[in-house]
Amino acid sequence: MIEAVGLTKRYGAKTAVENLSFQVRPGAVTGFLGPNGSGKSTTMRMMLGLDRPTSGHVTIGGHPFRSLPNAPRQVGALLDAKAVHGGRSARNHLLSLAQLAGIPTARVDEVLGVVGLREVAKQRSKGFSLGMGQRLGIAAALLGDPRVLLFDEPVNGLDPEGIHWVRNLMRQLAAEGRTVFVSSHLMSEMALTADHLIVIGRGRLLSDMSVRDFISANSADFARVRVASEPPEQREKLTAALTEAGGRVMPEPDGALRVTELPLPRISELAHASDVRLWELSPHQASLEEAYMRMTQGAVDYRSTADAKEGLQPPPPAYGPLPDLAEYVPEPPEVPQRGWYVPPPPGREPSRAPAAPVAPAASVAPAAPVARAASVAPADRETSEESR
Amino acid sequence: MTTPATPPSPPYPAPASGSPASVPTGEPVPAVPVRTPGLGDAVAAEWTKIRSVRSTMWTLGVMVLLLLGVGLLTAVTLRVAESDLGGEPVLSLGFFGVLLGSICVITLGVLTMASEYSTGLIRTTLAACPGRGRVLIAKSIVFFLLSFTVTTVTAGIVGVLQTAILDAESPSGGEWLRVTVGVGLYVALLGLLSMALGTIVQHSAGAITIMIAVVLLPLVMAMFMFTPTLTSVRQALFEYSIPSQLAALYDTAMTLPGPSGWESVAIIAGVTAVAMCGAFFSLDRRDV
Repeated sequence: MIEAVGLTKRYGAKTAVENLSFQVRPGAVTGFLGPNGSGKSTTMRMMLGLDRPTSGHVTIGGHPFRSLPNAPRQVGALLDAKAVHGGRSARNHLLSLAQLAGIPTARVDEVLGVVGLREVAKQRSKGFSLGMGQRLGIAAALLGDPRVLLFDEPVNGLDPEGIHWVRNLMRQLAAEGRTVFVSSHLMSEMALTADHLIVIGRGRLLSDMSVRDFISANSADFARVRVASEPPEQREKLTAALTEAGGRVMPEPDGALRVTELPLPRISELAHASDVRLWELSPHQASLEEAYMRMTQGAVDYRSTADAKEGLQPPPPAYGPLPDLAEYVPEPPEVPQRGWYVPPPPGREPSRAPAAPVAPAASVAPAAPVARAASVAPADRETSEESR
Repeated sequence: MTTPATPPSPPYPAPASGSPASVPTGEPVPAVPVRTPGLGDAVAAEWTKIRSVRSTMWTLGVMVLLLLGVGLLTAVTLRVAESDLGGEPVLSLGFFGVLLGSICVITLGVLTMASEYSTGLIRTTLAACPGRGRVLIAKSIVFFLLSFTVTTVTAGIVGVLQTAILDAESPSGGEWLRVTVGVGLYVALLGLLSMALGTIVQHSAGAITIMIAVVLLPLVMAMFMFTPTLTSVRQALFEYSIPSQLAALYDTAMTLPGPSGWESVAIIAGVTAVAMCGAFFSLDRRDV
């Protein structure tokens, strides 16, 4: 059980973590999500007593870490895969940690086997890949058979098999009744691994709920309905009919309607019954990644701009310039206060709308509330995601 | 409380490298006997650390080579030239080797602590042992004993060989003690001072540079103080500079009224104690 109360950390004028309060319960994997520089690592360092909070406190099992009795047997942590002396062999690194914590030497070989580093145990860790470094760090965390485990970005640099292994390991540790706290900036990874999510941005708590709640709140399927523009009262008529039937209807900026909680055939029937002509009725799904990005949009510190490659490229061919690409300016967020959990409109231009239903879920246009941002081509969106 | 999304107790999957996992599938991590660790455990851990990096071998190896090389070369040269020692005790020939070798101990002392900061290992260490004082004390003990032993033994061997090569009259027991145990203590304490500085500065190159300046600068500065008003300062710099203190142990002090013999060991011990207190507060209070 980890409990943070009003945790705040300032470095000079910069506030890394601000008034963070949450609880991490045993028996579950708790995901700790946030963009780069949002204060995840700082929070974890404060949990381990490495950094002193400016105000507030964080306790593990009711004690601040530095006064925890026999701390290495209660808490295991992977903070940074590169936090090893490169000249020391993997085995000696773990051996020194085991000796420091009063753990029998036999345990070192055990954890080396668990993380699959037996064959390279005698090699100096300087030559390790990032994935091997992560495995070594995980071995160090498992060394004391602790009840509380903290992992900072454990899947960075791991191959797919390693990611799968870490995922299973986390779940098993939690199933054994341990407290597992995993930070990540990948929503998709956390959706598969975690039971509970704590999302922070710019050091502030954005969300603290179970993954199930997060999914049901965020990834609900919705239908996009566009009614004929003439006569104009048709839209209101359909809205009333759908609402009466139990649907939730939200207008989209381009005049279409976003309908949730009603299946597509039912919407069609209702439209038919109320004598409304439809120009579009298409199924959509917002991914968790999108919901997460939207939630943290206002809290992203490092944002890329479009790479114009001025002077590096020949002038674009006359027939097919990508519209809007160059004028993409990442807008500061206008995250609707009540609506972060409601995926805003896909916002394709009407001319491109027919492509939307067949596009795979991942390429549904970004549901940013800002119309200009919404017109970005998917490829461009990828880069802005990378930059987080 | 949410229930885990997965069925309980999936087995530890086999490690990716394909080597057999030591944990049988389907069973939880085996219980490890629980024991509260103490200073002895920390000392064992620091010993593992210091012996498992190459910088230890390199610095101490170079130091031993310098002590033996310079010491024996001086003795052999004197014997070949058949010049007499001019009243100087035979053991004083070891001085130059030790002066050079102390730079190696300074480097090792700084690296013992500062390398933990440069690699980030300090965070792993302190997450495994929240008692920061314990880590510092264990490091000090291991480093001190190692550098003391190596210096004392090497200085002793050099002294014996020099006496044999030059066929000189046997030095007294007090002299022997000063050039072995005394020199060993002095050099190891100098290394400990470097370690304390490395803890405070948290930067290898910076701390090594500062320590070399501490050793050399007083003498260099004193050389340029010609004005009569500075005579007393100049004299103090000459007498209390680290090379002069070290020379005092060999009874060959360039400036006689300075500290003699064991006094210089006491001085460096006092300075190191103060620096270690600073290092403790720095380690205890600062974020890592």
